[in-house]
Amino acid sequence: MSAALDLFTVVAVAAGAFFFLAGTVGLLRFPDVFTHLHALSKADNLGLGLVVLGLLPQANGLLAGLKLVAIWLLALLVGAVVSQLIARAARRAGPRA
Amino acid sequence: MIDALNAGIALLLLGLAIWTIVARDTFAAIVGYVAYGLLLTLAWVALGGVDVALTEAAIGGGLTGVLLLRAAAQLRRTEAASNAERPGLPMRLAAAIVAGGVAVALAIVVLAPAGPAPTLVPEVAANIAATGVGNPITAVLLAFRAIDTLLEAIVLLFALIGVWSLAPDRVWGGRPGPRYRADPDGTLAYLARLLPPIGIIVGVYIFWIGADAPGGKFQGATILAAMWLLAMMAGLADAPPVGRRRLRAALVAGPVVFIAVGAAGVATAGAFLAYPEGLAKPLILVIEWALLPSLALTLGLIMAGAPQRPEDR
Amino acid sequence: MAEFLFATSGFVLATVALGLVRILRGPADADRMMAAQLLGSGGIAALLLLGAAAGVDSVIDLSLALVLLAAFATVAFVRFTAAPPSGAAGPDDAL
Repeated sequence: MSAALDLFTVVAVAAGAFFFLAGTVGLLRFPDVFTHLHALSKADNLGLGLVVLGLLPQANGLLAGLKLVAIWLLALLVGAVVSQLIARAARRAGPRA
Repeated sequence: MIDALNAGIALLLLGLAIWTIVARDTFAAIVGYVAYGLLLTLAWVALGGVDVALTEAAIGGGLTGVLLLRAAAQLRRTEAASNAERPGLPMRLAAAIVAGGVAVALAIVVLAPAGPAPTLVPEVAANIAATGVGNPITAVLLAFRAIDTLLEAIVLLFALIGVWSLAPDRVWGGRPGPRYRADPDGTLAYLARLLPPIGIIVGVYIFWIGADAPGGKFQGATILAAMWLLAMMAGLADAPPVGRRRLRAALVAGPVVFIAVGAAGVATAGAFLAYPEGLAKPLILVIEWALLPSLALTLGLIMAGAPQRPEDR
Repeated sequence: MAEFLFATSGFVLATVALGLVRILRGPADADRMMAAQLLGSGGIAALLLLGAAAGVDSVIDLSLALVLLAAFATVAFVRFTAAPPSGAAGPDDAL
């Protein structure tokens, strides 16, 4: 059982790290602010979710697991709203350089 | 493995710090500074200091960032002129030599093998049971060296008075900052309605667990202040006029209670801020609960800035 | 397991570093505003992995605080850039 949980952790955390890599590749390769925001909020938050999922079996107790999920949900909420705000600020500032 | 991670964090911090200094645009430098503060929390965790990491996240990520942004906004008109003047080469060389010399001296002092550093950790560990708290940092801050915490709280009030003293005479006692307006159906208002309740719970939670785990009143108060400022920035709350009596009373209430407990200690236990036998934990709780709202108000008002509008606008 | 988690933490940190380099270079202010958000998601992941690897449970509370503070920092960035925030602005200035 413990070996299966460890395997689950390894797989989920590795997948999460892959999505972080994908997000950074997106940041490096996409052309402008709006596409950067896509890479940042979608890929990175998915990566965080997978990392949280992978760390759940390793958590000490129910409260720690709940807090981990709460962190991810908060990060999702914040990421979504804040991306909107940055995009509107970028649109107001107009096309630059 | 751990060494590689530590080295990676250190290099990243160094690179970011250099970039922050070299950046020409003020806003870019401030963003770099806030990012540096947020990264520093990682370094503190790697060093094992989670309490300090929490404080660094709160102060470096939240408080100082806002202060610097406000200052930059005020200085925007003169930014081009001040960027245009650069000191001559001899001055810059001298600055580089002095800075380099200080860095080398610090490195020598920190890295030199001078035997174990003097430490009071064994004494704290031996006496912590008498205070009733499990977190040694809280025990030091509120029991063994409570006088330092009291002076800190008072110094923060002085900082607030310093911020207020920047107000022009005609708006003395008025409301800090401009009146922000946000679309009531917009995204910022949405975030400012959704996040502060969660933030308040998290802030009070971090304050509460500070007794036995990393946390405490200062970090909790900073989170509460940040949520208040979020509501202000979204236009959902307005900064209170700083001349109001009740606001000022609330600001000093925390330190006054602290001083009162300390004075009571003179009568009952023989020294200022000494706790009578068995009453340590309740008194610490009293002080913390009194300080939390005062601290949150103080930090929030420091972040709100100097008064810019008369009281009735 | 601990070794693996340390290694992944370092890996995520490296991706965050690369992202930071690109973001901070970005010519517009809007590019740089993303820095706090990048640290708010990537930095938190690296922190959680580090905490799980070292067995320090309190990083979870730290991460909770960090999410909120990174959000606050980004909103402050958006509010305090070039556009004046006060009420004399047109409807487009509402966020």
